[in-house]
Amino acid sequence: MSATTFALPALNRPSTLQIFLTEVRYTLLLALRTKAYSLSAIGFPIMFYSLFGLILNRNETMSAGVSVAKYLLGSYAVFGSLGAAIFGIGIGVASDRSAGWLELKQASPMPPLAYVFSKCIMAVVFSLIIVSSLTVLGITFGHVSLTFSEFVHIALLAGIAAIPFSCLGLAMAFLVPPNAAGGIANMIYLPMSFLSGLWVPLRFLPHILQTIAPIFPTFHLAQLMYASLGAPTLGTAVNHWLSLLGFTLLMLGVTWMAFRRLEQNS
Amino acid sequence: MSAVLDTIQTNPLTATPSAIASLSHITKRYSNGVVALDDLSLDLHRGEIVALLGPNGAGKSTAVKLLMGLSAPTSGTVRIFNGDPRHTPTRLRTGVMLQVGRAPEMLRVREHINIFRGYYPQPMPYADLVRAAGLEGIESRMFGQLSGGQKQRVLFALALAGDPDLIFLDEPTVGLDIESRRGMWTEIRSLAARGKTVLLTTHYLEEADALAHRIIVINKGRVICEGTPAEVKSLGAAAAGTSGSRTLKIIRCITDLHTPAILDLPGVTTAELFGGITVISSTEPERTLRELLALDQNLHGLEVASPALEDAFLALTNNS
Repeated sequence: MSATTFALPALNRPSTLQIFLTEVRYTLLLALRTKAYSLSAIGFPIMFYSLFGLILNRNETMSAGVSVAKYLLGSYAVFGSLGAAIFGIGIGVASDRSAGWLELKQASPMPPLAYVFSKCIMAVVFSLIIVSSLTVLGITFGHVSLTFSEFVHIALLAGIAAIPFSCLGLAMAFLVPPNAAGGIANMIYLPMSFLSGLWVPLRFLPHILQTIAPIFPTFHLAQLMYASLGAPTLGTAVNHWLSLLGFTLLMLGVTWMAFRRLEQNS
Repeated sequence: MSAVLDTIQTNPLTATPSAIASLSHITKRYSNGVVALDDLSLDLHRGEIVALLGPNGAGKSTAVKLLMGLSAPTSGTVRIFNGDPRHTPTRLRTGVMLQVGRAPEMLRVREHINIFRGYYPQPMPYADLVRAAGLEGIESRMFGQLSGGQKQRVLFALALAGDPDLIFLDEPTVGLDIESRRGMWTEIRSLAARGKTVLLTTHYLEEADALAHRIIVINKGRVICEGTPAEVKSLGAAAAGTSGSRTLKIIRCITDLHTPAILDLPGVTTAELFGGITVISSTEPERTLRELLALDQNLHGLEVASPALEDAFLALTNNS
């Protein structure tokens, strides 16, 4: 025994895939069981869509013959993805960090990416739950007519939307002091949704707001949603995808720098 | 316990020239200019329990974080199993218990344990782990529903999940009742008996005395002294200003005599008043007591004790 102490034995490491799957499974289970998160992440978009898209809307149509209820389905799907990521990751990771749990995970042999990846998947799964709930509501109570292919498109977009938003959440989690994370999350979630026209279509907002809207990833995702639903859009698809890619890379860069800064000081 | 293990434990420095884990000439300076560790070196050997003792802010946690690869030193080197602490092969052989404020609360004890077991090629069998950490009967509870001591025991189980060769325990028994604390001590001792190396930080001096083969006292980022609990105690007594520590006794009593008068008594080295109780250290306790009792007929609440590790520790850290 003593002779082998210093030689690292050839170990059959558990497969990385297995660790990733376990991490994803329990992250999802944890998120679903944490009612403060699951109920508000799913509840907010449902509440907002019911109020603005179904109750206050009197069967109006946008240009191109798309009903307001259908148009807002796209908007609130983006809103839902943003909430799922920013509350799940922005606040979730920040509190893991402040509690010292993140350090314990880091000190374990778990690949660090398994942690990040599982949080992202959680945001994607919640986005899919939200977009499906909104669709059921819209069809049932808002007379929304949606083809299957349109649904697949908006569901895919909602899932993809969770990725740049997850990166935003990560940047937030490592940048802001953990006890301020809740406040900051709301300061991003609500104004960003409003300013990119998710609540009230942009053309009803002042011109200045229409000009600055393209700086937000929510704007680009909303435009892609509207295009999938046959509603009028602003800008080109290529432009939207490039903007989203740029935003994602920017957030990953910010996360990396913020993480390095914390590491230097820990 | 094998003969090999015995020689290692009694004379670690000569028995094993290369250490299992070492910090050599580590300086850690934070960006705000605070120097947490100042040219600190320490070695850990196979099968030993080492206690890192020091007041708050001494650099204990920083040392542990460096050993775990969670923090990089400003200068100096950290080696674990002759490797980098941040590499996965190293991490597969180390287990860690940190002071964690809150683990994910809506996962069951069983789930937490199995997630961690899943990181290692040859994890400790689930049943052994539950027994070692004293978690029988609460395995199905959510982490958030546990008491402070139960949470602490779950974190202990996570540290042992991979059946590691080197275990870091940061204040492991905080919040535990006496029975659980003794239970954890027994487990820590049996780890060392199986050839595992344990580094624990603690501010329970009794714990260091009861568990450790070797105590390293650090303060202001430097090692002040290092040795067996008995050696540290005698060094502490020496630091308190008394040589010949064998006869040093601590006398506690309630008396009307003023401390300057007591200091003039034979054998007295220190005399201080703490909340109405006079604490005297004396190298000639019998003579001191005879005089003391003669001078104050009303003296009461008398206690005479050998210097505890705590006194030694306080003397050492105050003088540095």
